[in-house]
Amino acid sequence: MITLKDIGVTFGSANAPIKAVEEVSLSVDKGDVYGIVGYSGAGKSTLVRTINLLQRPTSGKVVVAGQDMLALKPSELRAARKKIGMIFQHFNLMDSRTVAGNIAYPLRKSGLSKADIQQKVADLLELVGLSDKINAFPSQLSGGQKQRVAIARALANDPDVLLCDEATSALDPKTTLSILSLLKELNERLSLTIVIITHEMQVVKEICNKVAVMENGHVVEDGNLVSIFTQPKERITKEFINTATHVDQALEKILSHPTLLNLQGDDTLANISYVGSNTSEPLIATLSSQFHVSTNILYGNVEILQETPVGNLLVILSGEPAQKQKALSYLASKNVAVDILTSQSEKVIQFRQKQKIS
Amino acid sequence: MMSQFLNTYFSNVIKIQDEVLESFIETIYMVLLTAVIAGILGIFLGIILVVTGPKGILVNKRIYNFLDQFINIFRSIPFIIMMTLIVPFTRLVVGTSIGTSAAIIPLIVGTTPFFARQIQNALLEVDPGVIEAAEAMGSSPLEIIFRVYLKEGLTPIIRVSSLTIINLIGLTAMAGAIGGGGLGNLAIARGYNRFQSDVTLVATLLILLIVFISQALGNYLVKKTSH
Repeated sequence: MITLKDIGVTFGSANAPIKAVEEVSLSVDKGDVYGIVGYSGAGKSTLVRTINLLQRPTSGKVVVAGQDMLALKPSELRAARKKIGMIFQHFNLMDSRTVAGNIAYPLRKSGLSKADIQQKVADLLELVGLSDKINAFPSQLSGGQKQRVAIARALANDPDVLLCDEATSALDPKTTLSILSLLKELNERLSLTIVIITHEMQVVKEICNKVAVMENGHVVEDGNLVSIFTQPKERITKEFINTATHVDQALEKILSHPTLLNLQGDDTLANISYVGSNTSEPLIATLSSQFHVSTNILYGNVEILQETPVGNLLVILSGEPAQKQKALSYLASKNVAVDILTSQSEKVIQFRQKQKIS
Repeated sequence: MMSQFLNTYFSNVIKIQDEVLESFIETIYMVLLTAVIAGILGIFLGIILVVTGPKGILVNKRIYNFLDQFINIFRSIPFIIMMTLIVPFTRLVVGTSIGTSAAIIPLIVGTTPFFARQIQNALLEVDPGVIEAAEAMGSSPLEIIFRVYLKEGLTPIIRVSSLTIINLIGLTAMAGAIGGGGLGNLAIARGYNRFQSDVTLVATLLILLIVFISQALGNYLVKKTSH
């Protein structure tokens, strides 16, 4: 549906160029909800603007719905843009028009009669659940309602693609979830392809099936959501995932209270993560009954990503070293990733020894 | 009682009632005609400044810089000097350099650059995000000008228009100084030169009346258009 090839965007003068986006290639298939995640300044907003050419790339190729966007004449580009909806962080509604006026704005010259436009506006408002606000002005709406109007407006010309530029970043968590579930519903009902730009991994986790991670103008890692979440390769990807799963926070919290940890010299502190069907097996019980390795669970978390459960457990494993080794290989055979936190556990043990001496 | 009061304190005004009324109408005529012509020119130039300016929808450095400098220069010339400076041009257009119709030309030249700058500032108040959204929806530059800039910017446009009209009323009084007619002329030719200070007072009150009405109308429209 969308193919970006070797996209580069350079700002500034020739002698002091600022490369906002460099050598980015990615492809979004029809029906995808594609997340592009990165910190502010990573170049993700610039990148998404190259899709509808609000930002012309300095180099590279943009193909949307089979059309080479950079080869279009101005009038053809405007026609192509009507099929690419876009919503924004600050909604960008027109304050001088009512909700109905805003939604009808892109429908002028669409060939629809006045009555057809009225009907379409009513249908779109029903779709986003705001039928009662048809004659309200944007200033009378809450943030979440404004974004719903913006979504209805973006959908007015029945686009194939919806671009979301930090669309939930100005909303509170509860409203964010309701907007995301609306987007998900639109994705399923209208088979709308959605590209989401965000700095919140929570958003990606909630609705995306594919994700690309951006840093310094580059896409450092991309792939389908579950594999990125379960096997992240880059440091920044791991950082983002941790912000969504809270494993790091939990680990930090636990380690900041070493007195609470009953960690002995030969115990193993580990982070166990597992994906999919393994979640339904009683792993911990098996460790105990089969290998006589006792497991002390310090923290646990299960996420459902794309209907796939992904679990994280922070545990202390104690038992005979040989048995522990067998237990670990058993876990590996079950496709459960075990990350042994050697350095952290050493710190805790050192701390405890110091306390004993004093 | 009332007529006695008027005869005592406003004897000169009473004597030239018709002239006062005529001057009042002349001032209104100059203000309205200039407002319409300079209004159209100013909005046109203001729009060009905004769309060709930095981050505009049709960026064009050459047009923008030229217009920007042009406006700066014309705004810097004091009005009373400019009136005399463009006398040849006024003669060419109107045929004479004296009278109300002749005053219209310098008034337009004096008001348009000021108003163009005001319009530019008013339109720059329109949220750039809304302009971007309109572009993303496939609006053409003309559509963005008429359906977004002028509509979204209506409230600040009205605000700067009422400011410009009040400014313009001041200029018409000055135009009176070199024979432009109107209340300014009346106050100077009669009130000042012939020591008829009651005429000056009445001319002032009438000018204030026009200013207050313009201001009130502006405020009312601002209130009505802002949501």
